Amino acid sequence: MDQLLQFLISGLTVGSIYALVALGFSIIYNASDVVNFAQGEFVMIGAMSAIFLMKAGLSYPLAALLAIAITAGVGLALEKFAIEPAKNATVVSTIIITIGASIFLRGAALLIWGKEIYGLPPFTSNNPIKIGNATILPQNLWVMLGTAVTVLAVKYFFDRTKMGKAILACSYNKKAAYLVGINVKKMLLVAYGLSAALGAAAGLLVTPITFMSYGAGVMLGLKGFCAAILGGMGNSMGAVLGGILLGIVETVGAGFISSGYKDAIAFFVILLVLFIKPSGILGKGEAERV
Amino acid sequence: MRFLKNIVTLLAAFSLVLLSGTGMVQAKDTLKIGSFLAVTGPASFLGDPELKTLQMYIEEINAKGGINGHKIEFVHYDTKGKAKEAKNFVNRLIKKDKVDVIIGGTTSGNSLAVIDIVEKAKVPFISLAGSIKIVEPVKKWVFKTPHTDKMAAEKIFADMKKRGIKKAALITGNGGFDKSGRAQCLALAPKYGIEIVADEKYGNADTDMTTQLTKIRATDAQAIINFGFGKAPAIVAKNIKQLGIKLPVYESHGVASKKFIELAGDAANGIRLPAAALIVADQLSDKDPQKKVLLAYKKKYEAKYGPVSTFGGHAYDALFITVEAVKRAGTIDRAKIRDEIEKTHGFVGTGGIFNMSPTDHLGLNLDAFKMIEIQNGNWKLLY
Amino acid sequence: MKRLSGFAIFAAVCLLLPVIFPDNYYVTVVGLTIFVNITLAVSLNLLMGYAGQISLGHAAFFGLGAYSSAILTIKYGLNPWLAMIFGAALVLCLSYVLSRPILRLKGHYLAMATLGLGIIVHIFFVQADELTGGPDGISGLPTLSLFGVPIDSDIKWYFVLCSYMLLSVLFSLNIADSRAGRALSAVHGSEIAAQMMGIDTAKVKSYIFVFSALMATIAGSLFAHQQDFVSPESFSFFFSIELVTMVVLGGLGSTFGAVMGAFILSILPEVLIVFEDFEVLIFGLILMVIMIFLPEGLFVSLKNRAAIMLSKRESGS
Repeated sequence: MDQLLQFLISGLTVGSIYALVALGFSIIYNASDVVNFAQGEFVMIGAMSAIFLMKAGLSYPLAALLAIAITAGVGLALEKFAIEPAKNATVVSTIIITIGASIFLRGAALLIWGKEIYGLPPFTSNNPIKIGNATILPQNLWVMLGTAVTVLAVKYFFDRTKMGKAILACSYNKKAAYLVGINVKKMLLVAYGLSAALGAAAGLLVTPITFMSYGAGVMLGLKGFCAAILGGMGNSMGAVLGGILLGIVETVGAGFISSGYKDAIAFFVILLVLFIKPSGILGKGEAERV
Repeated sequence: MRFLKNIVTLLAAFSLVLLSGTGMVQAKDTLKIGSFLAVTGPASFLGDPELKTLQMYIEEINAKGGINGHKIEFVHYDTKGKAKEAKNFVNRLIKKDKVDVIIGGTTSGNSLAVIDIVEKAKVPFISLAGSIKIVEPVKKWVFKTPHTDKMAAEKIFADMKKRGIKKAALITGNGGFDKSGRAQCLALAPKYGIEIVADEKYGNADTDMTTQLTKIRATDAQAIINFGFGKAPAIVAKNIKQLGIKLPVYESHGVASKKFIELAGDAANGIRLPAAALIVADQLSDKDPQKKVLLAYKKKYEAKYGPVSTFGGHAYDALFITVEAVKRAGTIDRAKIRDEIEKTHGFVGTGGIFNMSPTDHLGLNLDAFKMIEIQNGNWKLLY
Repeated sequence: MKRLSGFAIFAAVCLLLPVIFPDNYYVTVVGLTIFVNITLAVSLNLLMGYAGQISLGHAAFFGLGAYSSAILTIKYGLNPWLAMIFGAALVLCLSYVLSRPILRLKGHYLAMATLGLGIIVHIFFVQADELTGGPDGISGLPTLSLFGVPIDSDIKWYFVLCSYMLLSVLFSLNIADSRAGRALSAVHGSEIAAQMMGIDTAKVKSYIFVFSALMATIAGSLFAHQQDFVSPESFSFFFSIELVTMVVLGGLGSTFGAVMGAFILSILPEVLIVFEDFEVLIFGLILMVIMIFLPEGLFVSLKNRAAIMLSKRESGS
């Protein structure tokens, strides 16, 4: 019974990491129907920039802010130079562009920062907190807090602000959005910049726990993608729900069934959910134009 | 018209590329050494020092005129740790670059994948990977310099027996090194009177192993063995500390690099591991035959690249065993070089003192491995 | 007719290359990889391009073929061709059973389901080490013999893999022009409209899914024998993504597009090796540039350009 508590807590901590990455996917998806395969790289670039800025002597808060800014810049550049020129491409082609971008960014990271693995200091301390017979690290709580704050902010952005609604309009119908006076180009830029900044923030939050290296973005991106789909692509609450569910299924599967097959168990569960609810837990059914 | 011109140019370029792959006659004055290493990717902190070591020393040898006048031409490829790339590159080394000796195969998977190719092509291959399957059963053209995972397991169990530990828990990743280490542990434990009471697994890219460790804590294990390399063992170490588990922890030689201590922080202290003497070179007695070689390598490597690692040391051993073999062979003939490598005797390397034979293509015994404990963020030689 | 003349030229070039350049590393070694990749890309294109169903798990079928051959021939001493048939039968059943529920999903969700499938299969390859040899894989497959001739040299493998590849390309080209092909295009265009016309869309999608899987499985068995080695790495989700990239790069829906995409993506790493540390960066850059400027895919765009130029010349502009 004890064990279950630890499994759930561990699942929650891993899940909130996935949720944070998943949120990044949902912003760009909400703007353009595109799944940005380079989202994991945004997480990596944010963390690596911060690490190297600190090595160069900057204080942590300053390095963190600068890292988020740099990553947002990368996101903007991605949109401006890779996505915008291909504005008439199909969704599938655009996805391949993001795949190319993720490879490019990884290659650049390798050249700039090398192949080593790095860590970041935790926000507060490294002393585990006891909850009953289970323990959790303070940094894990920060991640959860970060996820909670972010999802509320994103939800508010899309539901209540003019800019957020404008971004959503772009994904429903670009031409119509343009006709009502929305600057589609600018909205897409904002979406990518925001997603990148979010990714960077995620990187800063999770690196004290997971470490970071030039290639670590791929796995995080993959799990984030799975979480986003599980919860319903584009829905920010869904992203969080999907992330937490994914994390818990992984740890409970590892704990009670088999640690070797835990990822297989998690994917199996995802498949079951999709068979029952084909557009994800909180996803809206997709209406098809005949 | 322009379109046609473009097509013609394309075809011309294409044929040029093809022609570059056509077999060319080799000048038999240079010794061509080829290597395929995991310079980037998950095994990069094994492959990277290996490459740097080879480059550094080959440059030095060539500057001094080569091996008895034969200069060394060095061709190297980055497998990124993938077996598919390893196979491709070894094919490329043999069929396109036509090398005389191959040193490489950073990971066991990469090495095992190419054994058939080198045997068929009859090119001597010195592997830099750990799995005992590489040299047992012995293959004519395949040698290796690092200690085997079997030796690591034996060293760990021998130490456990000394401490009176009778039950141990295993926690390993999904990589080749992890799995073969686990297999060796499961096979050898009974020999030392030790029972494996838990066998947990994780993925090498995982970020949290508290679940598996919680399960281990609930068993009556008296020690934990983790076989792996990269960031996963560091996360395991940190999780063990987080959960407040006070059992003795053993790692493998996969973490014999300062990076592990850096990542694991305080959690690294108290962990024991078998490793080559290189990382504790200055703690050896002056009478130790290895000390001189080790300190020389350490000094040279650290001056150029930073903290030394045992993996670079294995490359050093492979290179100089080859160099000595070529010297003895007198000519650059693959078969003769192979014969001389097999006759390596009393070679003092970083991994130990090598004595190879037709039935032993590694040449190291258990003493070559040292038992080390991490204390205060540093390596401490136990015995 | 015109399409087949293109195919004839293509087949002639492939078959003549080793005759003109017999000892060439690129032809005899890289060529083998290219042929396998072309076959896989063409099979994926049937599913993705013609039927419009995304699959991020294609490598799994490739792997199942390879591992069935490896395990059945080595551990159970089965005849290689029998093992191949067994593997194909296994995938036939598996893919058919899975096809119905999976193909009800659409878009990203279908992508996720196929991704999940691919990863589950891959995890099985890694973890079931008693059977599959784990991450280090299995080696030592017996030599395959065709009509009594053992296929034991690069050149022989060249012709075997080339033939299988040409067969798959021919088949794919023919499907496009057939009734089945038109049904596929209809399903691709709009499933609802296709249903209204009386096409059993679920059945059509299912059949193409199974067929595409079978093509990949047999390629996998051949691959295992040619490499003499199987390991989980060759069948990871990264490879599935590579296959999707090949199909889209060349032009979704075009058989020769898949051929071109597979060719480029297979040869590019070999060529970029000279750039050493910059290899990954440049690779990503090339991918992006091609997709940005030629979003319909390389082959399709070139074909369209050529068509425009030819028509311009005819109309004397």
